[in-house]
Amino acid sequence: MAHSDAPPDAAPHVRLTDVADITDVVETDSPIPRERTILDDQAIRRALMRIAHEILESTDDPDRLYLVAIPNGGVPLGRILVENLESLCGLRVPLGILDTTLYRDDLTKRGSRPKLRRTEMPSSVDDRVVVLVEDVVSTGRTIRAGMDALMDFGRPSHVRVVALVDRGHRELPIKIDFVGKNIPTQPNEKVIFRADKSEGDEDDEASGVGLLHLIVRAGGAS
Amino acid sequence: MIGRDILGIEDLSRSDIELILETAKQMQEVGRREVKKVPTLRGRTLINLFFEPSTRTQTSFEIAGKRLSADVVNFSVSSSSLSKRETLLDTAKTLDAMDPDVVVVRHSVAGVPHRLAEVLQAPVINAGDGAHEHPSQALLDMLTVIEEKGRIEGLTVAIIGDIAHSRVARSNIYGFTKLGAEVRVAGPPTMLPADVESLGVKAYTNLREAIEGADVVMALRIQMERLEGACFPSVREYAATFGIDREKLRYAKEDAIVMHPGPVNRGVELAHELTDHRPSVILDQVRNGVALRMALLYLVAGRPRQDDPASHASVATDLDAKRGGR
Repeated sequence: MAHSDAPPDAAPHVRLTDVADITDVVETDSPIPRERTILDDQAIRRALMRIAHEILESTDDPDRLYLVAIPNGGVPLGRILVENLESLCGLRVPLGILDTTLYRDDLTKRGSRPKLRRTEMPSSVDDRVVVLVEDVVSTGRTIRAGMDALMDFGRPSHVRVVALVDRGHRELPIKIDFVGKNIPTQPNEKVIFRADKSEGDEDDEASGVGLLHLIVRAGGAS
Repeated sequence: MIGRDILGIEDLSRSDIELILETAKQMQEVGRREVKKVPTLRGRTLINLFFEPSTRTQTSFEIAGKRLSADVVNFSVSSSSLSKRETLLDTAKTLDAMDPDVVVVRHSVAGVPHRLAEVLQAPVINAGDGAHEHPSQALLDMLTVIEEKGRIEGLTVAIIGDIAHSRVARSNIYGFTKLGAEVRVAGPPTMLPADVESLGVKAYTNLREAIEGADVVMALRIQMERLEGACFPSVREYAATFGIDREKLRYAKEDAIVMHPGPVNRGVELAHELTDHRPSVILDQVRNGVALRMALLYLVAGRPRQDDPASHASVATDLDAKRGGR
C-alpha cells in the first residue's frame, strides 16, 4: 500500500548501532550531558511526508480532517503536515493548536505550576477526524490530556494520533496511529525535538519552519 | 518565582508580574470557549473570605474558580460569625480546619491578608486590604493596557483621584512602574499623600498637566459617602476639576484609553459619555478580571506551605551549617 516516498528499508525503527550508542552515553560518567542526533532535518521531513500519505490512506473523507497540534513541538510538525497534505491531495486541512497543561493529571503534585502555552482552535471539531500531532510520546499522559481537552471543544467523529517519536514507557493504554520513528530509550534519557525558527518567523503563521532536529540526551537532571 | 501567597504587587518582581499576565492571556482563551470550564482545580476548594462588601471582585473570583473547576465557597461578613464577635484569627482558623486550597481575603484593615497568610495552611490571595493593596485589580488593569497598547514599557499612565485612600492606586503604581511605565498621579492636595513621589511617580494637583500626553488615564472611584467635606468641598467641584470628560481628555494622547476600577459614580469621576463608550475600556477590565484571577488561582491554589522550595532550601542550609557543613 506504500505510495510512501521513503524506501521500505528506512522503516521507522532505530538501527541497532544507534541503540548501542545511546546506552554508551548513559553509562558515561561525564559531567556534561552528551547529546546525539537521532533524526536530522531530512529524515524528519521524510517521515512527515510518509505520515501524510498514511493519514490520507486511513480516511475516505479527507474533507473532514482537522490537525490539532500540541505545543510546543507539535506545532511546527503540524504545519509541515498541513503543507504535505495539501501537496498530496490539494486540500488545505485546518490546523488547531491545543495546550494540554490545564488538563494534566500531575498539576497539584508539583511545587510550581508549568507555564501555559497558547490554544487556538479555528473551527469546531464536531464530526471531524481530528489528528493530534505531538513530537515525542512516552507515558501517554499528554495524549490523554489532549483527548480530554479536545472533547471540551465538541465531539469529533474520530481521534487519531501522530507522534514523530514513540520512545516507549507507556503508562496509559494509548495507541499511536502514525509514528515517525520508534526509539527504544532508557527512562532517564531525554528525547528532545527542536525546530529552529526560520527567518522572519517572529509572528509564526505564514512563514515556514526552520531546521528540525531530534536528539537524545543522556540521563541525569533535565 | 512566585511565592505561595499573592499579597501585594510590591512583593512581586517584574518577571512574576509578566508570568501572571502571560498566564492570564492563555486563560482568556478558556473564557471564549463554548464550554468555559477546564478541570485544572477539580477537587480543590476556594474560600472567598470577604469582611467588606464587594460584588465585583467576589463574583470575579467566584467565576474564575468555577471555570477552573474548583469548589467555591463564599464567606461574607453578613452571614458570618463576625457578628457574633469571633476574632479574626479564630474565624480564619475555623475556615482553615475545613482544608481549603486557597483563601481569597478582603478586609477593610490593611495587613489582614498578610496576618492570615502567617497562620493559614492554605495560600492567601489579597482581594483588597484597607488602603494598602488590591493586587488582582492592578494586574487586570495591566493586562487590559497590554491588550490595548501591546506593551507597558515606555507608556505614560495618569492616575486621577483619591490617591491617598486608594489601594487600587497603590497597587497600580507599584505594577506600572515595575513594568517600566511613567506613572503620574493627580488629585486635590488633600488626596495626595505627602511622600507619594517616593514611590517613583510624579504628583500633580493640576489635571491638565497630569494627563498631558498620557497613553492611559485611570480615574479612581471617589468614596462620596465617606469623603465629602473631609477631602474636597463638594462633589460638583470635584467633578468640575478632576472629573474626566472628552474636553479634558483632549490633553492626553489621541489614542489614549480611559480606565476605571468600578463602580463608577457617573458624572463625577467620569462623564456619562465616557463611561459607556470608547475610549473607556471599563467592561474589558471586568472581562479581563476573570482571566487574570484564573491565572492567580492556577499559579497558587493548592500549593502547600511545606512544598515551598524557598523555605525548604534555607532551612536545609541552616541545619547543614550548624552541623559543620556535612
